Amino acid sequence: MLRFVFRRLLIAIPTLFVVVTLAFFMMRAAPGNPFMGERRLTPEVERNVMAKYGLDRPLPVQYLNYVGGVLRGDFGPSLKYKDKSVLRIIQDGFPKSLLIGSLAMALAAGVGVSLGVIAALRQNRAADYTAMAAAVLGVCIPTFVTAPLLVLLFASKLGVLPTAGWPAATQPWTSAWRYLVMPVVVLSLPQIAIISRLIRAGMIEVLRSNYVRTARAKGLPEHSVVLRHALRGAILPLVSYIGPATAGVITGSLVVEQIFQLPGIGRAFVISALDRDYTVVMGVVILYAALILLLNLAADVLYALLDPRVRLS
Amino acid sequence: MSTILAPGSRKGAEAMQTAALKGRSLWDDARRRLFHNKAAVASMAVLAALVLAAIVGPWLVPYRFDAINKNDVWAQPLQAGHLLGADALGRDLLARLLMGLRVSLAVGVVATFVSLVIGVLWGAFAGYVGGRVDEVMMRIVDILYSLPFIFFVILLMVTFGRNFILMFVAIGAVEWLTMARIVRGQTLSLKQREFIEAARAAGLRQRAIVARHIVPNLLGPVVVYVTLTIPGVILAESFLSFLGLGVQAPMTSLGSLISHGAQDMELAPWLLIFPSVVMVVTLMSFNFIGDGLRDAIDPKDR
Repeated sequence: MLRFVFRRLLIAIPTLFVVVTLAFFMMRAAPGNPFMGERRLTPEVERNVMAKYGLDRPLPVQYLNYVGGVLRGDFGPSLKYKDKSVLRIIQDGFPKSLLIGSLAMALAAGVGVSLGVIAALRQNRAADYTAMAAAVLGVCIPTFVTAPLLVLLFASKLGVLPTAGWPAATQPWTSAWRYLVMPVVVLSLPQIAIISRLIRAGMIEVLRSNYVRTARAKGLPEHSVVLRHALRGAILPLVSYIGPATAGVITGSLVVEQIFQLPGIGRAFVISALDRDYTVVMGVVILYAALILLLNLAADVLYALLDPRVRLS
Repeated sequence: MSTILAPGSRKGAEAMQTAALKGRSLWDDARRRLFHNKAAVASMAVLAALVLAAIVGPWLVPYRFDAINKNDVWAQPLQAGHLLGADALGRDLLARLLMGLRVSLAVGVVATFVSLVIGVLWGAFAGYVGGRVDEVMMRIVDILYSLPFIFFVILLMVTFGRNFILMFVAIGAVEWLTMARIVRGQTLSLKQREFIEAARAAGLRQRAIVARHIVPNLLGPVVVYVTLTIPGVILAESFLSFLGLGVQAPMTSLGSLISHGAQDMELAPWLLIFPSVVMVVTLMSFNFIGDGLRDAIDPKDR
């Protein structure tokens, strides 16, 4: 097990290296630079600014400097926000994105598993068809459609939830949670749909298996058969879905943070990409690549722990 | 296969005949199963209508999609001759919607084609050659797989400007990985089969074997995956357009229509609702057709 984890971490290094390299050269190939803002700088000033950030040196030198910095945990200063470092921007934005993302995942897991189990137990009956039709809708309605529609309904028409924004730090949580409801729900809807389909398929297969029949034959009560025996087997596919789900939630958060104007890292990424804020963009890409790699590894390890038939190699 | 039936023997001829019959009936079966699937059949009809509308629609509507009509600003549906209303510049929504659908479908098909070509060639080659080459090629796929793609597509769009053709290529280049994996797996199992051995025995060159015998036999799973990739690509394009990185105004797509509709939804909810409905219906039809095809071609997967 340890050897497996170690090997995977070793493989992660070249992957991250590819990420850094690709991001670096793509960003530099972009026309324009971070300093063409509202005010036009005189060529002289621009040259000075470029020199200050080392952007006037040959590209390979800049690249080596950057990689060296990253290895030392230094992602450089933001080129757009003069007083902020990239790490600072990530520290500001990431916890918010993480909070929204993990709440959405938790909600998706809870609702998705329940829906999937219900659909499987009521296979080919009304409840099953309703749940699966809802699941198809959930997969097909993109977040950037559900989000404005929900805002239109709950904020504009009913007025029960705030339209957008992030609660102030001083706001008590009793009212602050209202700001999180719509972003979390929007982010979780597609995941609920996918998870419920996975669980339904898994449950239907497991419910037919011999060990479930044995459990029933032993005279165990139905809820115990379903929850303690069947669900354990059916939940396995969910573990390997952790990786793709993370990627999905991250992508979704780009849209959700934009629509609900949440000061998360997704919004910072889009703004920085448009502003050519090289260092921030690369920092965020590296962060997310590392996150996805780590969660994929966690999923594999978890899978092996839950299913002893799987040998890690 | 150790025993070879003597050519001309009754038994051999019979065996060949049943094999031939069976080979054809496999696809017949698939077609029959597909047409029994009501959701898939309905989706095919809907999709055909949508494609037709996207192709000829823009010419039939009395307005051009980018024509600005000062008198019709914020026209509601059915008002001032605008069936679905008009936007902040008085542009006819129906005309824009048809154009947007055309763009989205075109992006979907072209980018999927790009991913199809790269994915099939990559996967078939890796799977067929095997060994070291296979290992390296699939390791590359693994590495690319763990990159946060959408970030790279965003970077590409930022880097090279919002270029239409580049967008096709960028999305297609991102979507080929799954295709390559599917094709490789399939190729690995095909490679063991007798007819490949026969082709090799007949002295066919490797490239010809891959092109003429492996690739055609990959058709089933590839077709299924293609129908599921197209909606994925449409979604990706809309996503970019929504973030303001997709097609450039006045050209439009479903995603940019939804994006603009969302900005004006308080004033003119129809600008959000109609494009959203078209988008969802399009995606759903593709999904139902894809699911139907999968069940039809590979029934044991159910």
